[in-house]
Order: sequence, then C-alpha cells, then structure tokens
Amino acid sequence: MRKVAVVGAGMTNFVRRALETPSELSFEATKNALDSCEMNLSDIEAVAHGSAPDAFDGIHQKGEYLSDGCGGWNKPTMRVYVGGGTGVHALVHGWYHVASGHVDTCVVVCEEKMSSALPHAQAFFLTIFDHTTERPLGPTLLWIFAMEMNRYMERYGYTKEDMALVAVKNKNQGAKHPASQFKKEVTLEEVLNSETMAYPVSRLDVSPVSDGAAAVVLASENVARRITNKPVWVEGVGWNLDTAYWATRDLYYPRYCEKAARMAYDMAGIREPDKQIDIAEPYDPFDYKALHHMEGLLLSPPGKTVDLLRDGHFDQDGNLPMCPSGGLLGVGNPIAAAGTMKICELFWQLRGEAGERQVPGVPRLGVAQAWGDLMQVSSVVVMGK
Amino acid sequence: MKRRVAIVGIGYAHLRSMSPEVSYREMVFEAATRCYRDAGGIHPSEIDAFVASSEDFMEGVSIADEYVPDQLGGVLKPVQSIAGDGLQGLAAAMMQLQTGEMDLAAASAFSKSSNILSKENIVSYACDPITVRPLEENPNFIAGLEMNRYLEETGTTRQQCAEVVAKNKTQALSNEYASYGAEIKAADITKSSPCFAPLHQLDISQDLDGAIVVLLASEEKARELNREPIWIKGIGWATDTPNLDSRISGWGTAEYAKLSARKAYQMAGIQCPRKEISLAEIDDTFSYKELQHLESLSICSPGEAGSQLEQGAFSNKGDFPVNLSGGNLGVGYLHEANGLQKLLEIVLQLRGEAGKRQLKDAHTGLAFSWRGIPTATGVTAVLSNRLS
Repeated sequence: MRKVAVVGAGMTNFVRRALETPSELSFEATKNALDSCEMNLSDIEAVAHGSAPDAFDGIHQKGEYLSDGCGGWNKPTMRVYVGGGTGVHALVHGWYHVASGHVDTCVVVCEEKMSSALPHAQAFFLTIFDHTTERPLGPTLLWIFAMEMNRYMERYGYTKEDMALVAVKNKNQGAKHPASQFKKEVTLEEVLNSETMAYPVSRLDVSPVSDGAAAVVLASENVARRITNKPVWVEGVGWNLDTAYWATRDLYYPRYCEKAARMAYDMAGIREPDKQIDIAEPYDPFDYKALHHMEGLLLSPPGKTVDLLRDGHFDQDGNLPMCPSGGLLGVGNPIAAAGTMKICELFWQLRGEAGERQVPGVPRLGVAQAWGDLMQVSSVVVMGK
Repeated sequence: MKRRVAIVGIGYAHLRSMSPEVSYREMVFEAATRCYRDAGGIHPSEIDAFVASSEDFMEGVSIADEYVPDQLGGVLKPVQSIAGDGLQGLAAAMMQLQTGEMDLAAASAFSKSSNILSKENIVSYACDPITVRPLEENPNFIAGLEMNRYLEETGTTRQQCAEVVAKNKTQALSNEYASYGAEIKAADITKSSPCFAPLHQLDISQDLDGAIVVLLASEEKARELNREPIWIKGIGWATDTPNLDSRISGWGTAEYAKLSARKAYQMAGIQCPRKEISLAEIDDTFSYKELQHLESLSICSPGEAGSQLEQGAFSNKGDFPVNLSGGNLGVGYLHEANGLQKLLEIVLQLRGEAGKRQLKDAHTGLAFSWRGIPTATGVTAVLSNRLS
C-alpha cells in the first residue's frame, strides 16, 4: 500500500450565519489549505469532497454545485457522504484516491451551510427518517438522541452532571480556537440550567448550528517529502455502517464505531489503542457522544469513562487529551466540515502548531472519528508523525 | 503498478417505467441477490466494502446513505455513498480494492423515478440559486441552448440528431430490459411536439426505474472465483464548472468527456480508441448528446459524428457500434444508475451474453455517462474480457 500524507490544512471561521455562498466557503477553506503548504490548484490532481444532506443548502446535486469552489474545475472531482460521518470519511475518500495510485495529490474539502434553512435546519432532519414507519411521528434528531443519551446514562449510572462536564470542558477549550463560533466560557451551572430540549438533552448539551468549511491537502510519500519536512501520515482508516433499522439496536454501545476503529487500528498496527494513542478527537455533537465514542474507539473502558473524565485524564494536559480543538461543542458544527476540522486539528497538534490548544510533550499518534446517519455510522482516521 | 480489478458479478432488477409492486429497498435486494449469485454464489459477509451512488432529492430522503446497507447485506461493514453517477461509485470501489486493503467490493445504484412527481422541479434546484434558478424555467432549456450551439459549431444537422433517436429506439427492440424501444423513423422525431427548440419531445430520454449491483474483485480474488472476469482497464471522471457561463471550451464540446476519456484511455493504454475498442455505450440523455460525446471521446473528429452516423458507422453493423442496448433513449433514463446500465451492457456483450443483440468478437468496450442538466461531469470506463 502506498503511504499517504497530510501536507496542508485550512478552514473558514465557523459562524452561525455566513454571508458567503456554500461555494465561496469551500473556496476559502481550499485556498487556506493550499496556501498553508505553498501549493497551487495546478499542483492538485483530484478533488475528494464531502457534504451532508443537500437539503441544508437547498441545492440538488450539491456536489456538482460546490465543485469549482472546491477547486474541482476540469479535474476528477467526487463527492462522498455518510451523513454526519462525512467530515472524517472524506479523508478516507481522499486517502484511497492517493493510496490506490490513481493520483499523487488530492484536496479533501468539506462544507456545510445550515443557515440557509429557515427557520431552522432541524426541520430538514425530519426527511432523514423512514417514510413509512417513522416520519408520520414527526420525530426530530433531538428526540432520538435523547433516547440514546438516556439509555447510555442508565446503563452505567452516569448523571446529567457527568455529561455536562464534557460540554464545559469542550466549550471552554473551543474558546481558544481562532475559528470558533464562541469566545465565551461556560460554567457547569449554565449547562445544567439551560433550557430542556428533549429530556435529558438541554440546550448546552448540544453543539450549535453552524456554517463553515474545512480542507486538507493529501500527497503520496514521494511528493509529500518534496512539499514539507513535517508530513503527517495517514496511518489507518476505517468506516462502518450499521442497519438503518435503529430501533432494533441497543443504543448504549456504538458497535459500528468499534468496528471502524478496529479496522483503522489494524491498518495502523495499533494493538493497545488506549496506551498508544496520544490525542483523540471523537465526534461530539452532544456532550454524551464524546464519551460514548471514546468507549467505541476502545480508548476508555465502558462504564469507567466518567471517572477518567473527572480525573482530568481527557484534559489538554491529561494522559489522553480528548477534543483539544474544542470539538463540535466548542468550535461549531457545520456537519461535514466539523469532522474535517478534527482532521485539521490532528494535523496541527502532531506538527506542534496548535498554539494555545497544543497538547504538551511530543504527541505521535492521533485518532479522529465522526458519526452520523441514524446513530449508525462511524468513520475513523489514525494519523501519525 | 496499480492492482488490477475485475468485474466478477452483475445483477439488475425491475428495469421498467414503473415498479409499484416493490420498494426501492426490495428492488436493490433483488439486484444484489442476482449479482452475488452471478459471481458464483458469494455470501455478502465475504464482501469487504459497499458503495452506493445516489442523490438525496431524487430519492426523497435526506442522507439517503442511511438506507443502503440492509438490502445489500452490508450491515456492520464499510459502506459509503457517492453523490455521483454509478460509474463514479464504481471508481471509488475500484480505488478501495487498489489500496490492497480489500479484495471484494460491491457498487450499487438505483432509480425509483416513478415515485418522482415533478423531475424538472427538482432539477431546477440543481441550478445556481442566484443566477439561474430565479429564471424559473424548466431546466431542459439549457439542453436546447447547448444543442443549438453544438449544431452551429460543428455543422451537425437537426436531421442527424433525429437519426440517433431512430437508431437507438430501434436497437432497443432487441433488448429485453429496454422499455422505450420503437420502430420509428427520423421523420417521426421531428414531427413530435417541439419542446426546447431545437429539441423535440422524442429527442429526450424518458425515466426508468430499476436497480443494478456490480461486484468487483482484485486480480487474485477474481482468479480464485474462477468466473470469466471482465477487467476494468481504465477509468476516468472529470467535472467542468457547473456555472453555465464559464465553460472555457464553450458549449459545442463536452470538456468533461474529453478529460475523463483521456485519463481512462491512458490507464488502459489505448492510443486509437476507434480501432482498439469494439463497442461503446454512450450517454444519449438528449439525442445530440450521443454525437457530441462521440466527438469529445475522440471516436471521431468534431463535426463528423453526424455524417458517420448517417453512413451507419455506429449501427449494429457498423465499424463502431454505439448503444446496442438502446441507450438512454431506448432503455430509459436511470438517474444515478445510468452509468451502471452502460456498464451492464458492456459486461453482457464482452461475456457473450447479450442475446439477440450480441456483437461478434467483442473484446473491449467503452461505457460513458454524464450527470445530466445542468452538470458538466462525466465518467469513462474501458472494459475488456482479456487482460493484455
């Protein structure tokens, strides 16, 4: 297998309501990524991009619409999607473009503009449900995640306060991110006292609605060494999709996440992920999800994750920093772009360029994960120096 | 050297204008079952990855990716969706095999267009929301404009475009999975009602339902399965700008076809496509598109496709048969599954399983699909029943 490196990364600010068009957001992220490694579009052989549902931007064949903003003009351009898992999956998509030998350089771009949906993007999530069995109930995503959160807490005796600790940690960490949607720190009381959306989910347990884009540049080994002396390698990738009939599953454990993680760890030759991984960027659209995914990623024993969290194990200076970027809770959640933001974060962290958010020591291996569809899919990428 | 990849199984189901008795999931299940059986009885648990090609709005589901795994047998497996043509999904599956991490991958696509109430309304949502959509026109006007430009630039005639329809619809009569075959003359086409001048109603392909599933294998796996493999010799895809006003090469040529073919020919080691390829299945969503694509795919020089067609070069008895299946005009328009229908026909022909329309001594075939109005994305695949 050919080795693939990430050689550049860039993103837009994550904001509630961007004035740029979706195509312009993609352009900005792509340009920032190319500028970061002093490359031009003419050096790029293919574009692998991702975006979650067309409904957010209100554009049919959104991938075609976004293509030239992504730099896909007169180039092989292909859009991938696995719902919320798209942002990390797009890196998998770019990885096989290069690892297969088809191209030597590839831009990976993810964009989402959720503010076009009026009055609120949440309404479009109604259309992700089964047209016969579920849509007639008028469900929202908050309902089903409330069920999952409840089941997860109930299984291990976790409390709402335990979960809120994640929101506090990530949101306060995110305030250090220059592209973050928030600049204000929150307290545990604020999270616990925020408005109930669908019990047990309160407003501040949830990541915000955002617009934004993020991009990275991939290169094959020989080309990467010419571009930078600090390439970050894609050591392993994995992805996995569970059944669409989510009501038939027990929700306390994300087995699809474990399967995707094992695939990535096997490829990376990792046997003891909890010991070998230095940085984790699990997907955290809701605070409980970060912990849920840490268990699925085999980075924390199920049922013991809150203890580790309370011990500071997952802090920026802990044994296994979790979401040093601030995650979706702290930086913002433009669905697909949020996953790619996690890839950007690993790139910056592993190169020691993460500024105020930099984890101490010399991190060697990081893992990023994104999740989506009907609580159903995970994409996992392991990156190393 | 890249790993070689072959098609070891293919299955299709419910290719017809309406399919009220099955849901799209049942349709894909049937196609997948046939595909796995065609590959010699593969159990889905043996397959390493699954790729589906789809577009949300045409399916009426957001994040349509959710509903992919169950009917393919891909639950708790690596599954992904490509928002693109079925041949782009095929390319994604092929690249996954070529990384060396996998040996068997399935690619699928379907069309349930009989569920769509107003296709043009949806397609208008693909047009630029600021510059084109506010015109509130049926987006097929873009095809009318492009056809006009193509005829003007190349000297191709309206009559020659009508001949494409007559050829493909007649050819479709010998294809059991084609829905729009007809014994029809070029004169009948121009007598049909005018739509988007210079297009007439019969110049436009009509929607079709159906599901197609393909199984790909690495070289080692293909030999192990001991099934006559069809090799994917080359594949290329390319996107020109979606903005109608900034296509640098103009509207007379299909730049996306040119670029995708260049890549595919190069990979397949093809110098002279007209001589080295036995037959082609080429997008003919609109009649003129077949001619424009033939020229952009370097099968003939610009302006020559029309006259060569009239001389019979692209008929079933010509030197370069095009759309023996009947093409989109004769078979129907399958949305994201269009490319896989073209692939299906090439695979059947190269295996010698194409029945009444079988071409003698076919060894190499070309499948080309386009993503329709208003896009400028095309995919070229070169397939062969021999390795060298």
